[in-house]
Amino acid sequence: MTLTRKLWTGIGAFIILSPLGLILPDHFKAGSAWGEWGVEEIQKMTGYVPQGLQRLSERWKAPLPDYTFQGWEGQDLLHLSFAYIISAVAGIAIIAGIALFIGKVLAKEHE
Amino acid sequence: MHIPDGYLSPATCGVFGAVMIPIWTAASKAVRKTLSVRQVPYLAIGAAFSFVIMMFNVPIPGGSTGHAVGGVLVAILIGPWAACIAVTVALVIQALLFGDGGITAIGANCFNMAFVLPFVGYYVYKLISLNSPAGSNRRIIAAGAGAYAGISLAALCAGIEFGLQPLLYHKANGQALYSPYGLNVAVPAMVLGHLLVFGWVEVIVTALVVKYLQKQNSVFFEGGRS
Repeated sequence: MTLTRKLWTGIGAFIILSPLGLILPDHFKAGSAWGEWGVEEIQKMTGYVPQGLQRLSERWKAPLPDYTFQGWEGQDLLHLSFAYIISAVAGIAIIAGIALFIGKVLAKEHE
Repeated sequence: MHIPDGYLSPATCGVFGAVMIPIWTAASKAVRKTLSVRQVPYLAIGAAFSFVIMMFNVPIPGGSTGHAVGGVLVAILIGPWAACIAVTVALVIQALLFGDGGITAIGANCFNMAFVLPFVGYYVYKLISLNSPAGSNRRIIAAGAGAYAGISLAALCAGIEFGLQPLLYHKANGQALYSPYGLNVAVPAMVLGHLLVFGWVEVIVTALVVKYLQKQNSVFFEGGRS
């Protein structure tokens, strides 16, 4: 097996294990990352919502918000894990495609 | 460490966007000079690795979460400029497709995670590994130290960017317009979280993969810049 194939296999293993990134924070009752709170969370923490933040935040409607399907926010961990894996596959397919394209444009035939 | 939309003022976002443009230009020039055709797959694998490792949110029990970035490992393997491009691709897709990190904050997030992180990590790695043999344990330690330094400095930058906002932008009644916590809260929160917990994930993943690759293909470590 070539090294690149081995490394892609490793990425595949990471994809399958990725729901740990949902399950562990849930199990240990950890919240958002610091500074990545939603508007309601900020309201709770500070007692107000900063005006500019209110205006700019959550304007962009991402196709797969927070690595899940739109409208799936309240789903159980099993569904969320499924969506997480689909998100990982979709994200990696797009990212690898773009990086390969950039690499091909930039790289030269030299050793 | 993905700053969302609304936490940084438009001016702050503009400054970081303006700072990143020459960095991206330099990165594409450097990569054009140094990246060989056979390294192109590693650029894609590096970008994919960075993306997927960032999905592993690590909890502080009852507190916040954080994650590794993987950018130091990519910098060690294919150089910091190529790592800058790989992590940038991951961050842009995270913002556009998944709403992870703001569209307006892409410049700032790339500055922290695609510039500061790989470059600090790479040079700490170079400094510690020096001319040690490709298969040496010293390189594993150097990689771990680089990972720790890179992610900690990136977190410090993010903390400063958050923390400057209420200082610069607030209403007459003291209410913040954007990120509400000042430097005294934002910097310790970002830095300590990464020094104590999340940074160690970056250290462990970086060191383990370097150890694995030393056995697989020492070309990555001969002269450092493969």
